[in-house]
Amino acid sequence: MKPILEMRELVKDYPGHRALAGISLSIPQGSFFSLLGPSGCGKTTTLRLVAGFEEPTSGDVLINGEVVNRRKPYERNVSTVFQSYALFPHLSARGNIEFGLRRHGVTEIDSRVEDAIRLVGLIGKEARRPVELSGGERQRVALARSLILAPDVLLLDEPLAALDPKLRKQMRTELKAMQRRVGITFLLVTHDQEEALSMSDQLAVMTEGRIEQIGSPQEVYLHPRTKFVAGFLGAVNWIAGVGIRPEALRLAREAQNHGAKSFPAMVTDLVFLGDCFQVVVRLNSGEEAVAQVHRSSMVFHPGQNVHLCWNPADEITVL
Amino acid sequence: MRLRFWFVMPTWVWMTGLFGAPLAIVFGYSFLTRGYYGGVAKPWTLENYQRLFDPLYATILLRSFIMAFAATGLCLLLAFPAALFISRSVKHKNLYLQLVMLPFWTSFLVRTYAWLFLLRDTGLINTALQKLGIIHSPLPLLYNDGAVLLGLVYAYLPFMVLPIYATLERLDPSLPEAAADLGARPWATLLRVIVPLARPGIIAGAVLVFIPCLGAFLTPDLLGGGRTVLVGNLVQNQFTTGRDWPFGSAVSALLMLLVTLLVWEFLRRETEHLS
Repeated sequence: MKPILEMRELVKDYPGHRALAGISLSIPQGSFFSLLGPSGCGKTTTLRLVAGFEEPTSGDVLINGEVVNRRKPYERNVSTVFQSYALFPHLSARGNIEFGLRRHGVTEIDSRVEDAIRLVGLIGKEARRPVELSGGERQRVALARSLILAPDVLLLDEPLAALDPKLRKQMRTELKAMQRRVGITFLLVTHDQEEALSMSDQLAVMTEGRIEQIGSPQEVYLHPRTKFVAGFLGAVNWIAGVGIRPEALRLAREAQNHGAKSFPAMVTDLVFLGDCFQVVVRLNSGEEAVAQVHRSSMVFHPGQNVHLCWNPADEITVL
Repeated sequence: MRLRFWFVMPTWVWMTGLFGAPLAIVFGYSFLTRGYYGGVAKPWTLENYQRLFDPLYATILLRSFIMAFAATGLCLLLAFPAALFISRSVKHKNLYLQLVMLPFWTSFLVRTYAWLFLLRDTGLINTALQKLGIIHSPLPLLYNDGAVLLGLVYAYLPFMVLPIYATLERLDPSLPEAAADLGARPWATLLRVIVPLARPGIIAGAVLVFIPCLGAFLTPDLLGGGRTVLVGNLVQNQFTTGRDWPFGSAVSALLMLLVTLLVWEFLRRETEHLS
């Protein structure tokens, strides 16, 4: 599929520091793409360059095959859902949703606004001001306000960060479903690996203004190319030079020898997490490891001697 | 509760003693008769208020209101861009704010006299224009309504800039960005987002400029040269050369009543708009 959004060797310098050190990306039409990284990694800067709030120091941003580096935000067919939502406080929900259409001189506003309100499930709340809406409802207004313009790319800057944890999980599913329904390309910025893994078709892991790895959620989680990616996407134990995720570890009473690796170890600590246990063990080499095991499988106690086992296929080898 | 009482006490005493009492005195005087050598005398009368119905005074009041409206409007036009500029500047924000407040460092009277030296026939502006050969005889810059308006705008501009600046400073910078993002060109962003959100500051500034402009007497006296009589001058004259304190008090009382009603109605409408 042809890319709707492309970045070529994108560099952004601020006085005294380099925010982006050469980003190249190609995002296919209709996909859900995430930029994942810790704060200060340049993911938000990347988003702002695509939106047109800032101009790149060098390199190109291409939307629909056209270089848009010098175009103002109002001359680009992309739209942003801000982290704080940035709803206009003096306008009603409906006023916010209509805002873009009116600026574009669109006629027959009403039917499109009705559709957008229905799409995000805000029927009956149209007349309310942003202060009279809940966090989740505000986010729906922000989404509707952008989606109604049918942008080439919808940019989402940490859209779920301001919601409480329960609502956040629910909105992940909804956001993904909405993206499939409208078929608009979504570019999401987040520091939450679960969020990126659960929603994206593809994701780019960033750190220090660079992209460490691009791939599908499974690829980057199961085959991280660097130690940073492995650690950022989830917990990982480093035993004898190889990485192994806690959920891939098993604990057994007897040494295992049919294809599995097996090391004698001693249980040092035990954490109950409801659906599972986290068992901390120390190997004879002195290395510590955390294994995530099912509640039902076995009863452990500190000081107990066990065997730490895993399947070599689950090992992570990095550069 | 007791602590609160002692905290409010000084202000309360100050306001009743030094603000409320003189106001009551002015109100009382307005129902008395003028004394032979100034001051007031009995009997009690309503005559001072009846005199206000003279078309002469209605004209003065109307002119004063028009002048105050014009000065407020002009202040707003000048102050808004300035306040926006200051709120957006990164490096020299404090310097610009100091510059706005700089006029307060010298006396109002001195500053108004300075305008005389600029505007009069042999003043800086006319001399410069003549030397440059742009004009041959001095322009009538002084002693007219224009000069008074200029003086008022100059005097009260900071009172418009500062409250507008305060609201713009608090404006979430992502709101203008969101407007541009949704397709609003700079003018649309200004008129549809920035100005509406600066409304509280505009209202505060308008009230702060309008009220003193309406009662101004020094500026029209010096820059209007006595030709431009506004209601402030009328009051001043009654207490000085006119020696008619009761009538001066009646004019003051009427002015206060009108201002209170006007500002009350204005603020009521604005707060209604907000809720």
